[in-house]
Order: sequence, then structure tokens, then C-alpha cells
Amino acid sequence: MPIQTRRDDDGQTLVIRIEGRFDFSTHQAFRDAYEHGDPDIRGYIIDLSETTYLDSSALGMLLLLRDYAGGDSGRIVIENCNNDVRRILSISNFEQLFTIR
Amino acid sequence: MDDSVAEHRPLRILIADDSDSDRLILRTLVKRLGHQVLEASNGLDAVALFRREAPDLVLLDALMPVMDGMEAARQIKSLAGERLVPVIFLTSLSEAGALARCLEAGGDGFLGKPYNRIIIEAKINAFNRMRLMHQALSEQRDLSRERNRQLTEEQEIAKRVFDNVAHSGCLGASNIRYHASPQSIFNGDVLFASPRPAGGVLIFMGDFTGHGLPAAIGAMPVAEIFYGMASKGFNGQDVLREINQKLKRILPTDMFCCGAMIEADFKLNQVQVWNGGLPDGWLIRASGERQALPSQHLPLGILPPEQFNAEFDRLGAGSGDRLLLMTDGFLESADSSGQVFGEQGVNQALAHLDASDHPFDAMMSAVHRFTGGFTDGDDLTLCCLEMSDQAGLSAVPDRAMPSALAGPAEWRCSYEIREQTLGEFSPLPLLLHICMEVPGLRRKSGEIYTLLAELYNNALEHGVLELPSEWKHSPEGFERYYQERRRRLANVEGHYIRFTLHHSLKPEGGRLRVVCEDSGRGFDFQNHPGATSSVHLGRSRRYAGRGLLLLKRLSESIRFHEQGNHVEIVYDWHFSGASANPGSEAT
Repeated sequence: MPIQTRRDDDGQTLVIRIEGRFDFSTHQAFRDAYEHGDPDIRGYIIDLSETTYLDSSALGMLLLLRDYAGGDSGRIVIENCNNDVRRILSISNFEQLFTIR
Repeated sequence: MDDSVAEHRPLRILIADDSDSDRLILRTLVKRLGHQVLEASNGLDAVALFRREAPDLVLLDALMPVMDGMEAARQIKSLAGERLVPVIFLTSLSEAGALARCLEAGGDGFLGKPYNRIIIEAKINAFNRMRLMHQALSEQRDLSRERNRQLTEEQEIAKRVFDNVAHSGCLGASNIRYHASPQSIFNGDVLFASPRPAGGVLIFMGDFTGHGLPAAIGAMPVAEIFYGMASKGFNGQDVLREINQKLKRILPTDMFCCGAMIEADFKLNQVQVWNGGLPDGWLIRASGERQALPSQHLPLGILPPEQFNAEFDRLGAGSGDRLLLMTDGFLESADSSGQVFGEQGVNQALAHLDASDHPFDAMMSAVHRFTGGFTDGDDLTLCCLEMSDQAGLSAVPDRAMPSALAGPAEWRCSYEIREQTLGEFSPLPLLLHICMEVPGLRRKSGEIYTLLAELYNNALEHGVLELPSEWKHSPEGFERYYQERRRRLANVEGHYIRFTLHHSLKPEGGRLRVVCEDSGRGFDFQNHPGATSSVHLGRSRRYAGRGLLLLKRLSESIRFHEQGNHVEIVYDWHFSGASANPGSEAT
């Protein structure tokens, strides 16, 4: 299973962990990961520690999540990116939209 | 077709057996199962019957006179073509070689003699299921083949439409070199270039998320906006804002367009660059020195207009300097082992450039060497602009001779920009549009735009903002000039710039008078070397800046009034088409 979700310790943050390639093939699984979320969820952490590659359709999926989480007011953190993934996020200047750490 | 119904439909079954008694037994059994029977007593008759009646299933005795079962099976299979018609051999043979020959001839199975009703029923049903499945698959295949053909055809039409929209620009100019994948539209890369009416060129490179038609649909309005606005004299910022706004509105959330724009002005020796999501662009000086132009913005179509930042980076760039832009596909070109070309490949390709090396060639040959020639047909786009004005870029092409007097000939209008709107909004496209209503002026749009632009910039930068043009003569001053311009623009309370345009008819043409007034303090035009007509034009260049020089060349006359903050220009045009301005031949 390339995508795993769990609640963070605070119970209000959904952690979505993506393994391997984060690309168009992940589309449905990624949406499923957050779309049936319960109302308690206040924020999201995208854990990319096991993500080897990220393409522009993954960037698009992150934008979908951002809309779902409330757009500008949504709280989404992207963490543990490897260098390649980090590079793609920064070329696209996604740090202006997401907290990347 | 509903399979459960089809499966229970009576079948038409051909029975071929030379033994009358065997045939009778089999016919009785098969009829009792509810099927229709066709009968033949040798292979030849069986083939003829098959040809005429096209039965669903064939029961064939292996050994028959005239033509045996093997040959009949071969001919029946060949007649059936792609249709699956199960052929079941009726045989008392048990020798393996003989049975194998039956299958080789095209048989699908055996029924042993003497006949067993239950086995016969089970076999007929099993082969019928196989037949129906084959039929369903064939129909599916034909359907998707047809759909695919339609889709390809539609894409080809879409591409033709797109090409008409997208390739009206100046990509063919000799100072632009580019490589775009052969099917550029269907991988989502786009590349547009347009001359600007005021001179110079605007280039846009984009890379849409996704492929195929969705990307093409996004690319269409971008092409329309780009070419439409660029030819009307809008600047890069305005064009980008419009593109972003349009894409934000029409694209779904998860689609966007990484893009970069270059606005090059060959007269001012200046380029402006905006990069949102494309790999680093490069400015490569004639000296070989190079400077990265990294992505500093979000891609287009993500941010709402009020958050979108269309601020360009401004760089001085003179003759022989070159600009490179590329899409992601370029960096992702892979060799046979899956290694990608990457930023490292670009750096290496550009690191050892000789003065004689063209960076475009260096990049293309580096990527070809790296991939071993696999790049053809991949979605990589590379574009290189050289800073040198080309005749090929001359703005709007001359149209046919104007029909003499259609359109407004005698008119006057006045337009004033005030306060914060100064500098935030360019009145030039609007004023140009008004002038272009006069058919005779339409062919002069480049010159008119230049006149208006120089007047406006002079009034704003030197009149209202009181910026000294000498600053622009050194690289540090250049930077300071634009910083100061931005700072002073924040404080233009009470200021205005007013254009008054007056057009009238003359024999064989017309006269456009443009008066540009500003609320600045003016300047000492009596002693200003660029503003007095007695000074030789060539020598005035250094002090007067290039604006006044241009105005003088293009117009019949230029006069200063008041304290120098009231400039009047007379521009004459003639039906003959030949340039009527004596100054324009000046070198």
C-alpha cells in the first residue's frame, strides 16, 4: 500500500505518508486518503520521507488537498522531502502555498 | 447483447458425417437440445453449406469421402475469418498423431463415438460460451479501435486549429532558435513569440500539467491572449496577469501551467524575465559570463489575481547576449540506463562555451550525446533569444493599401491619467487602439506606439518622477534607477499626465498631432542638447537619452512649451505607403 494515513498525537492532524512515486497513479488513493476525513481534522501533514519522486500531477493533487483543507486558511505541512522532491517543490515555489520542513 | 439470453438462443449447428446412421443419431440428439441442424455427407458439401448458411458451430467427421474433415476444417476456419466458429471433430480415432492433426487443421475439440447425450450437451454449451466471449471481445476491440480512430482524428483537427492560433508569431526570426517536440501541443509544452509594436520581442514558454487535449484546451486561450495582447502593445506584466487570471478561472484545481516570459527591448538594451515553475533560464553574455534566471513565482493558474505577482526581473543585456529557456522535459531527458540529464547536464553544457559556440547548439548536442539520440519525439522544449534587432521582427505586417477614407478622419480626444494610476496602468494600448481606427495609421502602428510610449515614459520618469536618465548609463545606476522609480511611484499624489490627440486629413494622407502634458516641473529645454533642433542628432545621444532622439526621427516636428512639460509632436502619413518622415532616414 503506497499511501498510509494515521492520526497525529493531537488527534486533529491527519498524517498522509506516500511511499515510492507520487504521480498520477497515486491520484485516487491520495484523494481517498483525505476525502472521507472526519470533521475533527484540522490540519494535514504530508510525510514524504519514503517518496522517491514527485511530478506535476502530484503538485496538482497537493493543490486539490489545499482547496479541500480550506485554501489559504488550510493547514498543510509537507515534511521530510528528499533532494529531488524538494527541488521540484521549490522550482514551483510551492513554499508560498505550503509549509515545507 | 445480453449474454444470458444469447447463451440460451438455439444454435445453428452443421453436422457433416458420411454415415447416414451416425448422422441420424447425432441430429436427433442435437435437435432434442433445442438447436437447428444443417446436414452434409462429405467435406465439400459441408464447406458449401457453411459458406451459404454461416452456422454457429460445426460437428465434423474426420474421415469422409470427396473431402475429409481435416481439409474441410481448414477451409471453414479460413472462411470464418475473425469470427470464432468452433469446429468439433467426430471421431472414433484414439491415436494421438491423428488427434493432433485434427487440431492442427483448426479443430477446437473432439466428440468420441459412440455419442453420449450429456457429453454432447456439455461440449456444445462450453464451445458456445467460448464463441460468445470471443464475439464480445471482438466487438469491444472494434469499438475501441473506432473510438481511437475518432480520437486521433479529433486531435489532429484540434492541432490544426491550435497551430493556426499559436504559430502566427515570430518564432522564425533569425535571432530566435528553438526546439519544440514534434507534437508540441499534445505533450503540454507551448512556445510563443511576438514582436512588440514598440520594437523588441515578447516570448512565452509554458508547460501544462497533463497531456493531450486537456493541455491543449488550456493552451488555446493562452495563445490567444499572448498574441492578441502583445500585438496591441501590452507589456509582459499585463499579458501574464491576463493569462494567470484566465487559467485560474478555466482550469481545474489540479491543473496549472509552469511558464516563463521574456520581454526584450533591443533599443534600451534591457530584458525583463519572469519565471514561474520552469527550470532555471540563463542569460549568457557575449563574454561567456552567465547568470541563472531561476523560478521565483508560482506557476500560472494557481493564484487568484489579487495574489498573483507579475513582477519581472529587469536585466541589462546588450548586443550578442543570449537568453535560454527550457522546459522540464529537457532536464528529464534520460539515457538508456535511466539516468537523467538534469541541472548538472545543463551546467556542463554551458560551462565551456567558446565565443564561437552558440549556447543553443551546445545544449542540443549535449543532450543528444547524453541520451544517444533518444530525444527525438520527446517532450522537450528549448528556446534561445539573441539580443539583436532583426528586420524579421518588424512589427505589424503591412496590410493592403488602405481604402481611402473609411474610418474616422477628423477627430480629437483627450485622456488624462491621475494619481496612483500613474505607472500602475498603461494608457498606451487604449491610445494606440484609437489611432488604429484610422486605416492609414494602422500600417504605422509600430511608429505610433513608439511615439506614444516615449512621450509617456518621458513624462512619467523624467517629468513626474524627476529621474535623471544619466543613471541608466552604468550598471549600478541602472539598478538604482529602477529602485528609485518604484519608490517614487508610491508618492505621485496630485500628479497627472494628459494626452491630447488630434487627427486631421491632408491631401494624400493625414496628420496626427499628439500633445503630452505632465504635472512635473519640466526642464530647461532651451539649453538641453537633445531638445534643440540645432544640435546634430548623433552627438546628442549621450545626454538626451534615446527617447528624444527617437521622437525626432519619427515625427515631422517636436516642440516644447511651458517649462518643457508640454510636448507637441506632429506626425504625417501618406497613402502612398512610403515613409513620409524625412527624419526616418537619418542614421
